[in-house]
Amino acid sequence: MENSIWKRIPLNSNYAAAYGAKDSDVDVVAAYPITPQTPAVEKIADFISNGELNAEMIHVESEHSAMSACIGAAAVGARTFTATSAQGLELMHELLHIASGLRLPIVMAVASRALSAPLSIWGDYSDVINIRDTSWIILIASTAQEVYDSIIQAYKIAEDPDVLLPVVVAYDGFMMSHTYELVYVAKNPEIFRDYIPKKVNWTILNVEKPITMGAVANPDWYYEFKYQQVLAMKRSYSVIKNSAKEFEKRYGRSYDTVEVYNNGGKIAVLTYGGLFGTVVEAIDYMNKQGTQITGIKLRLFRPFPLQEIRKVIEDLKMLIVIDRAISFGAPIEGTVAMEISALLHRESIDIPIYSYIASIGQRTTTEEDIIGIVKDAVKLFESGKRISESIYWGVRE
Amino acid sequence: MGDKPIIGWKSIPLGGSITEPGNSIQRPTGDWRVFKPVINQEKCIRCLLCWIYCPEPSIHIIDKPYKTLTGREWKFSVEVNYSFCKGCGICVEECPVKAIDFIEEVR
Repeated sequence: MENSIWKRIPLNSNYAAAYGAKDSDVDVVAAYPITPQTPAVEKIADFISNGELNAEMIHVESEHSAMSACIGAAAVGARTFTATSAQGLELMHELLHIASGLRLPIVMAVASRALSAPLSIWGDYSDVINIRDTSWIILIASTAQEVYDSIIQAYKIAEDPDVLLPVVVAYDGFMMSHTYELVYVAKNPEIFRDYIPKKVNWTILNVEKPITMGAVANPDWYYEFKYQQVLAMKRSYSVIKNSAKEFEKRYGRSYDTVEVYNNGGKIAVLTYGGLFGTVVEAIDYMNKQGTQITGIKLRLFRPFPLQEIRKVIEDLKMLIVIDRAISFGAPIEGTVAMEISALLHRESIDIPIYSYIASIGQRTTTEEDIIGIVKDAVKLFESGKRISESIYWGVRE
Repeated sequence: MGDKPIIGWKSIPLGGSITEPGNSIQRPTGDWRVFKPVINQEKCIRCLLCWIYCPEPSIHIIDKPYKTLTGREWKFSVEVNYSFCKGCGICVEECPVKAIDFIEEVR
């Protein structure tokens, strides 16, 4: 990559998120500290205090207030950023619906973390999977570089007049938020100005032209506003793809909604977040041993990338899905596995799916675990067993 | 609303925003009432505290002279706009001469 444009520096994913916000030239940041997100906004506070970023940092008393402040800021046309984790995201929950319902293009980084109780500060995706019905677009990154690039793309997506929905960029708490990788960041963030120009495409509060936001919609109107959101979410899919394409054209790094490693295997392992790196390592090992396994990374959780998943799985013999959150009482407790099952049924594709739950509460999941999961699933497949329930990998009896 | 044709998601502003100011006139709120304030023109001293306090505002100063039974002459009257009065009772509470009765409405 051209050194005239990029500098390559070690960043953890929290800092990568902070650099992404800075280089997107955000106007307002409102956040409340929570592990493992805190260093992300601390870094932004640094940027503001040392003059690298001209933005307003609003100190609030809770995540509920953080999202409320973001809603207010976005409602007057500010480019707005926040970050949180776990209980913080839960405390924001009702505001998440308001941000999307008011069609405000807020961008939020989530250092994903397990939910209490019992109290766990460690990484898993319980918090992110929990917000799937809030009408936020949800991107899940697997590397610090992807976090940085995705935050910048998130503004492109959120502020698109065909979308106008808020965007979450999630990454593993601790395993990514607190580990360092080499990341290319812009020497001069001006290079992003043409990609994400500050154009306020949404309805804002303006004393020159007064409007009412957040009015009541009674049974005769509410349904229509929700249907607008349904369509915006559907339209966002092509905007997300095009934003990644344009990003690649301008800056050289490519992303898709679903990414494939070692394409062509008949057995595939699908997961999301930093665990995908472990899957890649395990695949390299298994390939050397003579078992061809394909890795599938889900980068986009909402809207669910139906066409892309269909494309990458339709020729498979079997699919293993590793979920990192539990949907208690669901038909299949691994949410992504359940959604892919629905897709397969809808498209009349008959591929056995093996749903595994792993890395809950950051239970260590190594290459050996991935290899173990693959061996376990292949054994089930070869004995003709179809599993309708999720398998809890490594849970002690 | 009212005589306007019924429209759907294609033609309404995003996010439920109301993009033109001054439209509360299109939304009568009088049917929210349980109790109805009734101004006793005989007792009323035209201090206009009810007019100041009414949050709606649905207390109107009417250009209609009034002469009380005791012979006192007022140049104007004070009336309630029942299309918008929600029956909150603030006027009843604030009236210094208890000239506003609060009567349960049976519909």
